[in-house]
Amino acid sequence: MRLNNLLAQGKTAIVKKWFVLAIGTYPSDTAKFLKRQKDPFANPVGRTIYHGLEALFDQLLEDMDYEAITSFLDPIVRIRAIQNFSPSQATNFIFFLKDVIREHTQKEVSEARLFNELLLFESKIDKLSLIAFELYMQCREKIYELKANEMKNRTFRAFERAGLVSEIPADTPDLVNINICKEASSDT
Amino acid sequence: MSDVPKPDELLSNIDYRPSRTGWMDTPVDIQKGIYSYAANPKSVEYVGLPYPRQWNPIEEDWQLPENWKEIISKGFRERLDRFRSVKVFMDICVRCGACADKCHFFIGSGDPKNMPVLRAELLRSVYRNDFTTAGKIIGSIGKNFKKIIGARELDLQVLKEWWYYLFQCSECRRCSVFCPYGIDTAEITIMGRELLNLIGLNIDWIATPVANCYRTGNHLGIQPHAYKDMMDFFADDIEEITGVKVEPSFNRKGAEILFVTPSGDIFADPGTYTCVGYMMLFHYLQEKYGFDITWSTYASEGGNFGFFTSHEMMKRLNAKMYAEAKRLGVKWIIGGECGHMWRVIHQYMDTMNGPADFLEEPVSPITGTKFENAKSTKMVHIAEFTADLIKHNKLELDTSRNDHLKVTYHDSCNTSRGMGLLEEPRYVIKNVCNNFYEMPANTIREQTFCCGSGSGLNAGENMELRMQGGLPRANAVKYVHEKHGVNMLSCVCAIDRAALSASMEYWVPGVEVTGVHEMVGNALILPGEQKRMTDLRSEPLPGMEEDDAE
Repeated sequence: MRLNNLLAQGKTAIVKKWFVLAIGTYPSDTAKFLKRQKDPFANPVGRTIYHGLEALFDQLLEDMDYEAITSFLDPIVRIRAIQNFSPSQATNFIFFLKDVIREHTQKEVSEARLFNELLLFESKIDKLSLIAFELYMQCREKIYELKANEMKNRTFRAFERAGLVSEIPADTPDLVNINICKEASSDT
Repeated sequence: MSDVPKPDELLSNIDYRPSRTGWMDTPVDIQKGIYSYAANPKSVEYVGLPYPRQWNPIEEDWQLPENWKEIISKGFRERLDRFRSVKVFMDICVRCGACADKCHFFIGSGDPKNMPVLRAELLRSVYRNDFTTAGKIIGSIGKNFKKIIGARELDLQVLKEWWYYLFQCSECRRCSVFCPYGIDTAEITIMGRELLNLIGLNIDWIATPVANCYRTGNHLGIQPHAYKDMMDFFADDIEEITGVKVEPSFNRKGAEILFVTPSGDIFADPGTYTCVGYMMLFHYLQEKYGFDITWSTYASEGGNFGFFTSHEMMKRLNAKMYAEAKRLGVKWIIGGECGHMWRVIHQYMDTMNGPADFLEEPVSPITGTKFENAKSTKMVHIAEFTADLIKHNKLELDTSRNDHLKVTYHDSCNTSRGMGLLEEPRYVIKNVCNNFYEMPANTIREQTFCCGSGSGLNAGENMELRMQGGLPRANAVKYVHEKHGVNMLSCVCAIDRAALSASMEYWVPGVEVTGVHEMVGNALILPGEQKRMTDLRSEPLPGMEEDDAE
């Protein structure tokens, strides 16, 4: 696991570069703000992305824990799922880490022949992207659900409250079987 | 989210870096989830606004009147002459950027045209071109020189940009708090929307409530009998929970006080529980102190979407408050928990539809407190009224009945920045519940973040926009939710109650939304009440869970 040590040592620089690439998906004026403002309440997008990426990187260095990963990945994906991104744009930031790591470890990987380790690490990034895809869809489904519920609540609930909806009562009367076919009626 | 790209589009756009063009050269891209549907022509026509027609924002042709540029230009000129503030705001901005990152829509969307300075610049650029000497001189040299002074001609693309971004501003005025010149970008949006209305470019979430309000007195178009039926239903709920029958009075001439509240309190959860809280409070006061108040099924809306249309429409819809007060012969008015309703009352009503010289200066009949701040408008916010009652020990309260709640408070933009109502709601909350936690200082009081859906943007089709705008507020709620276990977000605004419920569901599941008077209703000990097993939402009170299960 020599690559892991190398990555752990370079964590600060790697996360920083990953963050810069991730916020580079926003217009340049916005990216400047996302990078500069350190107050998490004044800049929830920038700070959520930064802290999320940092924690996700730790997870990639260790055994990946699904619960932990979703807890860090969800806030980022949740934000990007409602911003003006296509699905691939919203989740592309995961793959930027591959570029950062290749660049950061290029020399050591070729000199010490760490290709296998690099491939293993990149597979982890691929897994991360699959989780991001799951989370992204959950967020989108929630948005559709909110839209549908708002429409339903506004119309149905208003009718219901105004007493214009007749609901099926809790105690329904027992139904009596009747035979309406021709033979049955001729029998009687 | 934008539309899903087709495979060939995806391959040709695999470089995800955004465009590097300057804002003037970046064309507007009207996206699903961000824009609201165009106004229903019937609603536009009903209130006599110009150019009612079917049109669709994502179609190329907006069916504009032929002389639309002339209409806008004339309207712009009139407003520059009429509102000194607008003229000053057009001229004095030095683009220092203090406001740029203070807008919840910019923070949440990342779209630079949602920076207040840039949103205003969309209009200013046309102002410079058409109404300043420099613009005219430089424009005469050549089109390319205009950019030097930040001027541009009004064309269809610019108009579409105006429409798209002016309906991504909730007129919350957070940006103005940070502007060293005191420029109120909300006023620029207000004026921009007025101009758009001159050529029939409103959104339906505003236009239809306006038409309904003009016809029936409230946004939802509820007629008097349905309004009363609804409150009868609430009275049954109260009887079930407390064993006490409350009997609110409607349209009663000779009552001392008129009560006006947003119709959302009557018809939209969770506002309905706030309404139940008002009804219990008024009943308590009537029983204990002979309090004399009436509801009105005509002045059945505190909110005023005319405010998001034009000054004239705001005045027209607001007029019913004083008219009803005069018809019923009351002495003064109490207003319910609402946001923009109070901005209109506090900043415009007195000069628009006043002076209300037929009313008396509000004095609480129970405590004798004179509401000096309402001397002129004759209208008192219910949070002020209730805070005064609590201050004078006039309410019997069992705060343990709110012990299942860990509460934080969201300042509505309009009550906090628009009228300075900061302490009273907090005072009430702290006296009716035992667990209260403030959100971080730069997200409350004057610096409060908008719910993300104010000023008529609470539609369903623009849910992504609402979530973008709601992010900074939700982010602060998430903080107190994780740190203190906060599970209830309280507020004094009907739009907040509707908007924040969806926002919490997306951003901070586990946090519900309440009005302040719902918690008052929970704690208030009504004369002759039975032992309460549930709160006003019919959920078991702390310690009553097992009894409930039996």
